[in-house]
Amino acid sequence: MNHPGHYMVRPGPEAFLPPAAAAMGNALPDPGQAHINGRIVPEEEAFQEAARMFLGGTVPTIFPGPLVLWAWNEKAKKKATAIKFLYDTLKECAPAGAQPMLIPMPDYRPKYPKINPEVEINPNHPNLTIWHNKIDVCMFVGVHCHQANLSLKIIRGGTNCYTIAMCAQAGHEDACLSFRDASVEKIMHLAEWVKKLKGTVPFGALKKHVAALETQDRAGGVRS
Amino acid sequence: MDSHSIIGTKNKKGQVYTDPNHLFFEAPRIPSFFTGSEVIKEAIRRASVDLMVAYPITPQSEAAALIGELYAEGYVTDYMRGENEFGVMSECAGGSFGGARVFTTTAGPGTMRAMENFPMWSGARLPIEMIVTCRGINSPLSIQPDTLEMYFLLETGMLVWHAETAQDFYDWILMGFMVAEQPDVHLPIAICCDGFFVTHTKDVVNLTPVDMCLPPYDPYRSPVPCMDMECPPVRMMRDPFVMKSNYISYATHASWQQEIRAAIERSRKHTIPLLGGLIETENADAEILIVSSGTAVSQGREAIRLLAEEGLRVGLVKIKSVRPWPYHEIREATKHAKHIFVPEFNVAGWMAREIKATVPDSDRVVAGPQVAGGMTMPPEVIVEHIQRTLGKSVATLAARGS
Repeated sequence: MNHPGHYMVRPGPEAFLPPAAAAMGNALPDPGQAHINGRIVPEEEAFQEAARMFLGGTVPTIFPGPLVLWAWNEKAKKKATAIKFLYDTLKECAPAGAQPMLIPMPDYRPKYPKINPEVEINPNHPNLTIWHNKIDVCMFVGVHCHQANLSLKIIRGGTNCYTIAMCAQAGHEDACLSFRDASVEKIMHLAEWVKKLKGTVPFGALKKHVAALETQDRAGGVRS
Repeated sequence: MDSHSIIGTKNKKGQVYTDPNHLFFEAPRIPSFFTGSEVIKEAIRRASVDLMVAYPITPQSEAAALIGELYAEGYVTDYMRGENEFGVMSECAGGSFGGARVFTTTAGPGTMRAMENFPMWSGARLPIEMIVTCRGINSPLSIQPDTLEMYFLLETGMLVWHAETAQDFYDWILMGFMVAEQPDVHLPIAICCDGFFVTHTKDVVNLTPVDMCLPPYDPYRSPVPCMDMECPPVRMMRDPFVMKSNYISYATHASWQQEIRAAIERSRKHTIPLLGGLIETENADAEILIVSSGTAVSQGREAIRLLAEEGLRVGLVKIKSVRPWPYHEIREATKHAKHIFVPEFNVAGWMAREIKATVPDSDRVVAGPQVAGGMTMPPEVIVEHIQRTLGKSVATLAARGS
């Protein structure tokens, strides 16, 4: 069922089974736009916000997926290099005490009997990796859209992690913040913003930001 | 293959891969006099289809055979006959998993026999286009028009559109591929029409030029790996998470199902500009409305004309897309109505149920008239139903000739 207005997508734990944001009426951004918490914004605003969230986290983490982990074409190789650059920038710019991580999602196979959450994340039980590493802000990049949506919603349902999607297609409503049409240039631009905001975001600022978001209703007067 | 980079180039039949918006809205149209089945053929001629899987069942058999001719002419890359409808839909899945643009046609008992495949298609994010030329599914056997089978498709996770005319049908067959294949949608689509009424009658249809065709499907934009036997959705039955009994396994399944419904909602953004909205209205400010889909809308138009002659003003809401369901559009369009009539070609009245669940004050919704089993719905029957509901004394149409 589609509802008018946007549904605020913010870190959870939201619900035993949170709704898909698209089913609550959230639309994906058009080219040149992004969304922050379900609100459509100019892309540049989202770059700044994403950099601020990364720098405000205690364990900011990038989750690269199969589309950028494997050198299946030239573009993938270049994107992988850009992601590594972003990670290095994050390590260089994050406030003291923060522990940036780079944890791959190499494939989508459910990992049983047990995933090793220190070395990988899986879309079918991504909460295990988030919980184990105490990740409070993460970015998905190079993950097939269906698998990314699955992960983002499960993360929102059961963890307090702020999620960012750097999507090469149309974006993700179920992320707290989503870009679309991701390219090498956009990944590098995010790294530029991280550099630009270095030293301006206090350690752990994300926690306060999320607390402020929690004072607002998600939609229709419902606070969950 | 990048679909955009080949716009302007030619396929092996000399057709130019054309920007879809140009093809739909700017290219010249050629008026042609065709049956609905022939219209399916002409749309597929321009649709850059890689694989069609066919199986005979009335009233889609003619269309399936005509597409065989397209294969012989080289417009469709591959053409197979399934061993039955379950086999057809399974073969369609295989083709789509492999990255092909896949098309098929079915009807009535064929749709029912194949049913298990449809939620599998949507769960696997396979953008297969299936034409449903609706017919009866009851026993004793009926091959006649009846839209009950559409009801069974509503929660399969497929997009479901219901064409009123052969022109709708032609345009939507082409547009359906473009919506279904969007990476944020990427779902199967059922484009339904009322069998015989549309498939076996001739109408003037404005066709796009035969030397223009849709750009090919680009499987690399799929939201799941286009073929990977190791990963869900392919290795579904062997691997956990399907087999595990724990919260996260169930939650993954639930999230997966939610994602399919979310993708249906995302299709609105792509569908509305192409179809000109999920609904179409005429005189929606009237106190009496006829709301329906398919050829019931055509009959409704004629009933409206008859009622106007008697001084009664009646408006019309034509529902084009049943999934996604035009929830807000219907609420808005019916907000002034005191009586909402829902004529249907099925005995269940499923469209009326959907509308009752949508509008406030659902007592306004009058389910009917309903006909089934191949009966026609003369406009006079709709007129009679409306007048009787309004408390007017009318003769029963069926008594004529007595």
